[in-house]
Amino acid sequence: MADATANRVTVGTLLTARRGNGKLHWTDIFTYLYLGFGILLMFGPVVWLVLSSFKTPAGLLEFPPTMLPLGQISVEVEGYDDPLPVFRATLEDGTQKDLAQIRRIGIVSQMVDPANPENTYKVPISDRTPVREFRIATENYVEPLQRFNFGRYLWNSVVVTVVATAITLLINSMAAYGLSIYEFRGRNAIMLFVIGTLMIPITVILVPVYLVVTSLDMVNSLWAVILPGAATPTGVFLLRQYMLTLPRDLIEAARMDKASEWQIYWRVVLPLAMPAIAVLAIFSIMWRWNDFLWPLIVLNRSEVYTLQLGLNAFQGELDVQWHFILAMTVVTLIPVVLIFAFLQRFITTGIANSGMK
Amino acid sequence: MSSDTKMTLSERLQTVAGWPLQMFFRILDVPFRAIQKLGGIGPMPYVFLLPNLAFFGLFVVVPLFINFGFSLTGGTNLFPQDRVYVGTEQYEFLFNCENYADTTTCQEDRFWKGLFNTAIFVFFQVAFLVLFSLITALVLNRKIRARGFFRAVFFFPVLLSPVVVALIWKWILLRDGILNAFLVSLGFDKILFFVSPEWAMFWAIFVSIWAHMGFYTLILLAGLQAIPPDLYEAAEMDGTSKERVFWRITLPLLWPNMLVVIVLALIKGVQIFDEVYVLTGGGPGTATQFIVQYIYNTGFTNQVQNFGLASAASVVLGVMLFALTMMQLAATRRRDNG
Repeated sequence: MADATANRVTVGTLLTARRGNGKLHWTDIFTYLYLGFGILLMFGPVVWLVLSSFKTPAGLLEFPPTMLPLGQISVEVEGYDDPLPVFRATLEDGTQKDLAQIRRIGIVSQMVDPANPENTYKVPISDRTPVREFRIATENYVEPLQRFNFGRYLWNSVVVTVVATAITLLINSMAAYGLSIYEFRGRNAIMLFVIGTLMIPITVILVPVYLVVTSLDMVNSLWAVILPGAATPTGVFLLRQYMLTLPRDLIEAARMDKASEWQIYWRVVLPLAMPAIAVLAIFSIMWRWNDFLWPLIVLNRSEVYTLQLGLNAFQGELDVQWHFILAMTVVTLIPVVLIFAFLQRFITTGIANSGMK
Repeated sequence: MSSDTKMTLSERLQTVAGWPLQMFFRILDVPFRAIQKLGGIGPMPYVFLLPNLAFFGLFVVVPLFINFGFSLTGGTNLFPQDRVYVGTEQYEFLFNCENYADTTTCQEDRFWKGLFNTAIFVFFQVAFLVLFSLITALVLNRKIRARGFFRAVFFFPVLLSPVVVALIWKWILLRDGILNAFLVSLGFDKILFFVSPEWAMFWAIFVSIWAHMGFYTLILLAGLQAIPPDLYEAAEMDGTSKERVFWRITLPLLWPNMLVVIVLALIKGVQIFDEVYVLTGGGPGTATQFIVQYIYNTGFTNQVQNFGLASAASVVLGVMLFALTMMQLAATRRRDNG
């Protein structure tokens, strides 16, 4: 399509790209400035998040921040229990030496030579700079998953996403099949009703849905998150439009062969409607994985939190542990990025065709 | 060699994964076939529609009516039989203002502050969202190299969760964040973005535009690509200037899509909650607290859960959204009828 022609353009034509009669129009310059700035603004924050997520807590506290995850080197020195941080200190006679800091008293730092532990120095803190090396703090990722509940949150998110998507696909494809294959009394009324529910977002009916969920005794269970959004008008609409285009002869032929209506649904129509079902599956995975407001209302106990709720709770604490939050944010966005990387075409055409997300 | 080993790995995976699925559908064939035997094909569409409609009924239609009923009751009990009928008291409480222009004179000033904040947010957010989506769509519609890549660059934040988006930006905007480091390196002072009401509102708007722009860009891009190329060729042959082509061809032909985008953005904007809630928590004070957060706070987080008041505020929000949806339908109809 259009992309193919764009890809054939070589670097040479790129640099001299222009429209019309050979003059470089201001819009050509603007286009490339805008695209360059766009990359920085859209990718920059995510790159910064990923880089930061590999820094140690001490590295995160540095101001101004360093680009890459650098960690201060520390050494074991004889006679001291803990590893000591290494600094490059400028001594009184002007020589520079790598020393380990024992303790800091006000603006003076008490230091020891790691090679000769009996030599100690007193250095003003302005005359020393930390010695750093490139170090990736993988413990930011491992610790929250093991020590805190993030493993649990991850599992809950996966369960919600998978189960909800399965139910969504089943009941919406059944409804779409009913609405597209049969002529029956009340078909238009039901279609109108389905489209009508599109107008009622969850934000408008928070309290009564909470009442329904409480009556069903589902508060603080994952079902409370899974069930209310399972029937989606977007899904019915999307699948119905697609199933309407399927040839009727196929269905008639299947009926001749004495297939039951249910068999026609799952053996003939479902396989043919796969492209539309794939789009709905991707949408559903996105909705469920990213869902926030509704889970926030019905899940109040830490052991049923999803990743999104876990992150929110963690960042709301008084002593914010950013090194863990950043790493867990990366974990939360990985599935989305993977899906996007592989299925971009599906998603963009799905949105462009349905005008929904 | 057996025939199994000739299957490719993906085929084998499909068989393994498909087997439970096959069984599931096969087992369900028994009851469905029984119903068909009893009633013929006639009732089958209703059977297929039943689960979906049951969900809609239970989680959308019934709640919609309960919502209105709730808003006419008071007390702190959740179950309707324990609640007292108070008539329009909740609405009177919400709308009791001495001077509607000054939110502090209202009895429920948090609600009015929320409305007022939402109005400001929606006005600026939608205006700049549409503007930047249009510019981005125009740029992406040009003959540029690696267009697919650039489209992805602008689109991917749409898929990120609101919590992730908010945390990404919070990390940048903190007191010792990279943006302040940049400002300091330019010789400015650090700015405490989440302490100043104006800055907090600015970043709430900015971040929500950053996150949602790709979606609207995509719709506008589809609209741009539907404009017949002969029109541009004819204009080029006539030597029409590019500015004139934009104002006389592109914009008028894109306008129906623009309308749809504007109304969609309004509908989403009025319901703003997630990103801003995580980014600013509604603060400083109530500077970035919007209607949905008011409903959430009133109904679900306060010491005394005031479900009646939250429902009344929901009904007000619902009326606003209904009006906007009618506009959306009109805009869509205008677009599709050309």
